[in-house]
Amino acid sequence: MINAERVLDALGDRTRRRIFVRLRNRACYAGDLARGMRVTRSAVSQHLQVLRAAGLVAVRAEGTRRLYRVDTRGVKTLRRWLDGFWEETLGAFKEAAEEAASRVRKP
Amino acid sequence: MMAEQIMSSGFDPNCVRKVVSVAAPQSIAWQVFTQQMGTWWPLAMYKIGKANAVDAIIEPRVGGRWYERGDDGSTCDWGRVLAWEPHARLVLSWDITADWQYDPGLNTEIEVRFIAEGDARTRVELEHRKLDRYGDRRDEMRTIFDKTGDWGQLLAAFAQMAATRAKKAG
Repeated sequence: MINAERVLDALGDRTRRRIFVRLRNRACYAGDLARGMRVTRSAVSQHLQVLRAAGLVAVRAEGTRRLYRVDTRGVKTLRRWLDGFWEETLGAFKEAAEEAASRVRKP
Repeated sequence: MMAEQIMSSGFDPNCVRKVVSVAAPQSIAWQVFTQQMGTWWPLAMYKIGKANAVDAIIEPRVGGRWYERGDDGSTCDWGRVLAWEPHARLVLSWDITADWQYDPGLNTEIEVRFIAEGDARTRVELEHRKLDRYGDRRDEMRTIFDKTGDWGQLLAAFAQMAATRAKKAG
């Protein structure tokens, strides 16, 4: 539960939503994200940290620069939370059972 | 979304019913559900211990424990095995309160039936019943267990909340 609420909290802020939407279009460096937004670079960094903690954004170091992109885990968590306990749990079970069955068919 | 509700049985406020059709033989569906629960149960979200949960275990016999195991070796009980009929039927007690604490006296029940549909497909029916044991928190818990259909409403509520927060912040 906590994880889904963290996603909702993270997206409950307008600047963070704008950052997330930008990253959804394409991966970005932190410096490029700050451009065109009326917030400082350090504020963008802080927002990125919140988005990362919620599982919405992932980062990769490229030399001295950091490339940010959307992390689908946060969205998945939220979607499953919205689906409800047994929907989510049975959905996960279905995936696992079908994977096990396909391993038996193709050893 | 993958599971559908069994509509024909009528509405029972003390019971949540789900059906899922699985492309796996009955024996494998049973095995994955009962012996490999830790590989698919959403442990990051649904666990009660303080430690990070790394496994969910059902002891394979009537009276056996159903519990989570943490990465520090600790265990937290979820319930007990009430019926163990390999490949066909499993009944567990779910003894986790509305505050997500173990209470062996709670005794809500989960029945899972595995019905073979040919050699390669299994219909899995799940019934979580005796929700009246939650007393005046029954409806709250029912909503958590069965949110189907609330999708749109929840998203609308979220959009509204987000807009309100944005307004406050801006």
